[in-house]
Amino acid sequence: MLGLLLVAAGPAHAQGKLTVVTTTEDLAAIAREVGGDRITVESIARGYQDPHFVEAKPSFILKLQKADLLIVVGKELEIGWLPPLITQSRNSKIQVGGAGYLDASAQARILEIPQGQITRAMGDVHPLGNPHYWLDPENGKAIAREIADKLGELRPADRAVFSQRLADFSNRVTEAEKRWSAMIAPYKGLKVVTYHRSLPNFADRFGLNVIGYIEPRPGIPPTPQHTLDLINEMKAQNVKVVLVEPYFDLKTPNSIGRATGAEVLVLPPSVGGVKEITDYFKLFDYDLNLLVTALKKVGDTGTR
Amino acid sequence: MNDSNVPNESNVPNDSNDVVGVTGGCMRGFQYVIACGIAAAMVSAPRAADAQTPDAQALRQAIDQLRQEFQTLQKQYGDRLTALETKLSAIEGQAPAAAGAQAAGNQPQQPAAEVPPGAAGAGGPSGSLPIYGAGAAASKVFNPDIAVIGDFLGAMGRNTVNPSPALEMHESEASFQAVVDPYARADFFVSFGEEGVEIEEGYLTFPAIPGGLLVKVGKQRAAFGKVNTLHNHVLPWTDRPLAINNLAGGEEGISDAGISVARLIPNPWAFLEATGQVYRGDSGDLFQSSKRGDLAYVGHLRGYQDITENTNIDLGASYSRGHNDSGVRRGIDVGRFVTDLWGVDATLRWRPLQRSIYHSLVGRTEVIWSRREQPRATQRAVGYYVSGDYQFARRWFAGARYDNSDRADDASVHDRGGAAVLTYWPSEFSQVRGQYRRIRFGDEDAIANELLFQFQFSIGAHGAHPF
Repeated sequence: MLGLLLVAAGPAHAQGKLTVVTTTEDLAAIAREVGGDRITVESIARGYQDPHFVEAKPSFILKLQKADLLIVVGKELEIGWLPPLITQSRNSKIQVGGAGYLDASAQARILEIPQGQITRAMGDVHPLGNPHYWLDPENGKAIAREIADKLGELRPADRAVFSQRLADFSNRVTEAEKRWSAMIAPYKGLKVVTYHRSLPNFADRFGLNVIGYIEPRPGIPPTPQHTLDLINEMKAQNVKVVLVEPYFDLKTPNSIGRATGAEVLVLPPSVGGVKEITDYFKLFDYDLNLLVTALKKVGDTGTR
Repeated sequence: MNDSNVPNESNVPNDSNDVVGVTGGCMRGFQYVIACGIAAAMVSAPRAADAQTPDAQALRQAIDQLRQEFQTLQKQYGDRLTALETKLSAIEGQAPAAAGAQAAGNQPQQPAAEVPPGAAGAGGPSGSLPIYGAGAAASKVFNPDIAVIGDFLGAMGRNTVNPSPALEMHESEASFQAVVDPYARADFFVSFGEEGVEIEEGYLTFPAIPGGLLVKVGKQRAAFGKVNTLHNHVLPWTDRPLAINNLAGGEEGISDAGISVARLIPNPWAFLEATGQVYRGDSGDLFQSSKRGDLAYVGHLRGYQDITENTNIDLGASYSRGHNDSGVRRGIDVGRFVTDLWGVDATLRWRPLQRSIYHSLVGRTEVIWSRREQPRATQRAVGYYVSGDYQFARRWFAGARYDNSDRADDASVHDRGGAAVLTYWPSEFSQVRGQYRRIRFGDEDAIANELLFQFQFSIGAHGAHPF
């Protein structure tokens, strides 16, 4: 009877839309660009949530059970919560190494890959490099290429559609990059402080100089001594901008802001981080706008 | 993800060793020249007064010659370094897709050792012998994820009924986890305690069996309620509730060699999972099997629903049955007595997504009914606990628990107790906990008042967080 059901469900399923589940909303946004109406996409984590600490809720198992494709950020970002969900999904397609499992980081430029001996004395370091790589539009294109290839593999009949949409997306990103670069160009080399090490790719692409972090070490909450040191360092280097991810407490950043006169900005690192950011382009539009508006306010073109 | 590591692990260290070797040699050459120079200066110093003697000129010539030789040497080494660097960057720059194949292709030659002269011709191997293990860095890719969790417990105060030591290394749990093949993964948890080593769990999971089944085979903690499935280090307390200790096997719990099959029940409303398990029938002092046919069974039904994105509810009902040891006389189960356990559990969780690392609340209760056949009279006992844990800062948790339970072998005896817990996480990988616990054992005045404290620490692979 089960066989009959499978046979009955099979062909209808094959012609329907591909069910894609992504771990983050950024991947969902890019998959949507590439897959268009040939796929349905759903993200597990919300954009305003810390992607390191998602809870492995059983309701996610139901989503994964039905997925044709699971797209992950990789670089151990999801290591604390995704493995048990995959194991319990009862879905052979999306098991690691399966045809429906895609690590989107394969072609991306990964920064901060630790060299030499690493230990947890350094905090919660990511041995494979910084996983927040989607914050560089060039990496966005690389992610889109991965997704287009994989979708084409799963739906050979639609391969042309996916490559056409990929080309279109890449062109639009390239166009937008010119606009974004122009926006931020006057502030090239701007010194900033961030809460967590979430922004190396963003900083690298848009010419920001991250001189320190509010966390003394990745995953370790701020300590009074470190905060004092950071305040002194910021004063010494005349740093006027503090960038905080939306899921961190603002108490320490605000007190640093008061002590140094720096502007504290809640900078969403992901699509869905605030309501207005509904796609991958709006992520950079929003973040760069926020930054540039604040810089105009502090009149801070001189901090090099 | 692993592919990109392969060239790093297999090739780069060897080449970089060469580089280090060359720079080392270069440094040595440089030091040699300086040493020569100083020596020459010292030799020449006393003679400086003799004006420009032919000796000094000869020395100067010698030094010049040395300098020239050194510069040539430096250039040679520099060239070799450049060549090596080019080679290195070529290897690093290879496309990740080809990495797997490249790793195999570029595998350094197996280092070899000569057969000792005396052994040659004695019928053994001749020529060179392979050195096993060398150059095998790439094979480490397949090593399981290994972690060790230490659980150090201390106790102060008075407990005359069930005292624990003042200080103990309660448990050191080593875990080994990896994917076996395209069809299965394996998880081992080996527990080193004060009484010896035990396989806490060791099982194979088939995650992708047709029909939506999740099959586990091996020694495992049974799916009876919530606390029974949890390892010590993920409990929100330093101990286990009285109801678990009195009725459901205590710390070891229902944990046995067996087969588990779990299936999701499709429905439009909620997550619903049914689990059926068959065990050998030996679970600490709870179940004892005297014959091959005396198996133990566990059935569990779990329902889960998100109420909002921050709040969810998790409900469970469990049943278990196995033979107990009350009818065993001189190794023979003459009584054929059976224990039946029923349980219900409910968990309410709250965690605001945008501040998920700072605040959370878990409220939990479990009720267990035990029906234990015994020689004199069947005992029907009931026990429960209610607990709440609130995370009030990124690294701080406060909790409380109320316990109430009859004893399984004498249901007329009631134990009651309560505990207050404070937990601090220096990081994700360590935890310090203090727990005040008061238990009234039985109905006489055996009251235990204790302060328990715990240090827990984890090294190795980053495990998944429990839910």
